[in-house]
Amino acid sequence: MKEIILIKNGELTLKGLNRNTFEDILIKNMKKRLNDLGKFEFTKSQSTIMVDPVDEDIDLDDAADRLSKVFGIAALSRACVCEKEFDSIKKTAVEYLEEQLEDAKTFKVEAKRSDKKFPMKSPEICRETGGYILSKFHHLKVDVHNPDIIVTVEVRDKYAFVRGNNIKGAGGMPTGTSGRAGILISGGIDSPVAAYMMAKRGIELCAIHFASPPYTSELAEMKVMELLKRVAKYSGTITTYVVPFTKIQEAIRDLCPEEYFTIIMRRIMMMIAEKMAVKQNCSALITGESVGQVASQTMYALACTDCAVNMPVFRPCIGMDKEEIISISRKIDTFETSIQPYEDCCTVFTPKHPKTRPHLDDVLAAENKIDNLDELMADAINNAKKVIIR
Amino acid sequence: MTAYLDNSATTKPCEECINAVTNMLESNWGNPSSLHNLGINAMKEMITARGEIARSLGVGREEIVFTSGGTEANNLALFGAVKARKRLGNRIVTTAIEHESVLQSAQELEKQGFDVIYLKPDKDGSISKKQLFDAVNKDTILVSMMYINNEIGTVMPVEAMKRAVKKAESPALIHIDCVQAYGKVSINAKKLGADLITVSAHKIHGPKGIGALYINKDANLTNQNFARTFGGEQEKKIRPGTESAPLIAGFGAAVQALSPIAEQKRYIKELNGYAREQLGKINGIKFNNGEDTSPYIINIYIPTFMRSQTILQELSSNYDIYVSNGSACAKGKKSHVLTAMGLDNETLDKSIRISFCRYNTKEEIDLLANALKELIEKHPLEKI
Repeated sequence: MKEIILIKNGELTLKGLNRNTFEDILIKNMKKRLNDLGKFEFTKSQSTIMVDPVDEDIDLDDAADRLSKVFGIAALSRACVCEKEFDSIKKTAVEYLEEQLEDAKTFKVEAKRSDKKFPMKSPEICRETGGYILSKFHHLKVDVHNPDIIVTVEVRDKYAFVRGNNIKGAGGMPTGTSGRAGILISGGIDSPVAAYMMAKRGIELCAIHFASPPYTSELAEMKVMELLKRVAKYSGTITTYVVPFTKIQEAIRDLCPEEYFTIIMRRIMMMIAEKMAVKQNCSALITGESVGQVASQTMYALACTDCAVNMPVFRPCIGMDKEEIISISRKIDTFETSIQPYEDCCTVFTPKHPKTRPHLDDVLAAENKIDNLDELMADAINNAKKVIIR
Repeated sequence: MTAYLDNSATTKPCEECINAVTNMLESNWGNPSSLHNLGINAMKEMITARGEIARSLGVGREEIVFTSGGTEANNLALFGAVKARKRLGNRIVTTAIEHESVLQSAQELEKQGFDVIYLKPDKDGSISKKQLFDAVNKDTILVSMMYINNEIGTVMPVEAMKRAVKKAESPALIHIDCVQAYGKVSINAKKLGADLITVSAHKIHGPKGIGALYINKDANLTNQNFARTFGGEQEKKIRPGTESAPLIAGFGAAVQALSPIAEQKRYIKELNGYAREQLGKINGIKFNNGEDTSPYIINIYIPTFMRSQTILQELSSNYDIYVSNGSACAKGKKSHVLTAMGLDNETLDKSIRISFCRYNTKEEIDLLANALKELIEKHPLEKI
């Protein structure tokens, strides 16, 4: 039995004349994602893209799983190709969907035909296929409103398809259709979720992580790489930079008042990230900040951090509760990795009494106590380590 | 020349495994839980190995727990599953031809008051889907079945397990002992609907003393269900204790070195066909398993007055040929598998098991065939 995967595009249908470009980018992304599984052929047909495995022995389960994480797809389904004549169609329906029909209690049949010369009209196809299924599966009942399984028959120009229920796609827009942004990634729960949410809107990601050995260990860095790998399953390749932050953190500790440690640290991180983002052709930054979660993320503190840069900063978690963020984190499988207890930069020199309502003037005054800041930042950027995460 | 045809008992460690183990012992011997670089380096090897095993089963790294072997993994699986679900039911469904580590655990659970059903094989050693569907009910909390039987090579209807559980609307966890099947058939835990899977290294040219248990992260199982050993934080507290990094690395290397399954199966089928042809020419030899069983195992009756233990000692001492009678761990006791199939005493007493691996050759089979011919001539049945 020849099996293929049918892709139903998402918001692309809204895009009018841009649709072709978007579809092409989506196909390019799918090709990249399926690359090491074997050769596939991609064909566009109205609002569906057909993914046809060319090599034998291709693991279609793995292919479907990977495609269910590609942005820009509303739904996908596995379909069986058969001869364009009714006897073949009804036999395929019963054989291909045997397990699902066995397990279901109710079903209905839907039919589409793009070949108007086919001798049966759609309602007739539904009726006859439904009848045949009932004759083979005595426990099944027809339910046209809310069936367990919808058997769809599509009659096209050269052949017919039979498929069962759809698999929900990842939604969003194809990666690369919305430009590039730099995500400030720590090992926490929030930043991977923020990365995923912005990638979902079609943004290609570049990641910036700050490491402070020996205060932070290699384990913390490994944890971040693991998190990015999991996000990359959805977002595609992420060019990552690990920026050595030790000298800067020590300078903050030595020269600045304690209650401004965290906020100055975050400002400097944003400034470095902006400079690196520009080099990587990014037009925005992304962080996992959410109002009120921690002392450095009160509105006032966020205002001080925000004005350190000129680029737009996207904070998709800004209005979310911790529970909501955790829920997404579990869905994209980063939660268990995030909660591993390896210290990252943000917790290294924590002030006992952080300023929750800092005034910008005071922050700037405190920051200026580091008189060689520009030099330290340039040094950090020059020594950043580049890693490509797939 | 020597012929090692006892691969179901254990396999020769492959070169990749030996190199990996040696490297860990000589150069990378830190404690994987240490936070310094020496420890981290050892841990990195463990992460790689864990990833290999996870990938081979179609699961995530975090779903693999290392154990001291198949027996410990089976014990953790059975007692852990039952402890987790005991409030939802009282029945356990398994088969009469499971490995001793499953059978003895099931018998212990029976003593604790659980209703254990042992599905009986037919005379060919097969278990039918119908038997499964009939036995699994709403009261069932665990279904445990091996994928391929180690003595007779029968392939169990493991894909039917999840359907039997679904049909009966049962809360049962599904455990599949894949020790013999690993590396020989393609195993996808999610597709099979398995919650627990046992694998072992020394059956796939890895080292002895290391195995793994796959635990479905969506099955709501915690370390408290599995708690039998108490100690540190390793292996998510399910199996604490300093990790055996050298053996784990060897395990991972062995998995990586596995031949592609389809290709290897073709080769073994060829060997099996040749063996059946050559051995079939010997008068009086009977095959206890048919061609629909795993091609890796041939179980045959030898028409001699010698009993199986003597047969295999004779083959080993005088011919350098290694086979087994029944299961190695039974150490000479009557095979519970062949007994369950209802084979007569004469067959039970004089059957040997030949099991193949990717290193076996036709020459080794010729050696065996000649040896058996000579043995039967020198020690025929009538000598009693």
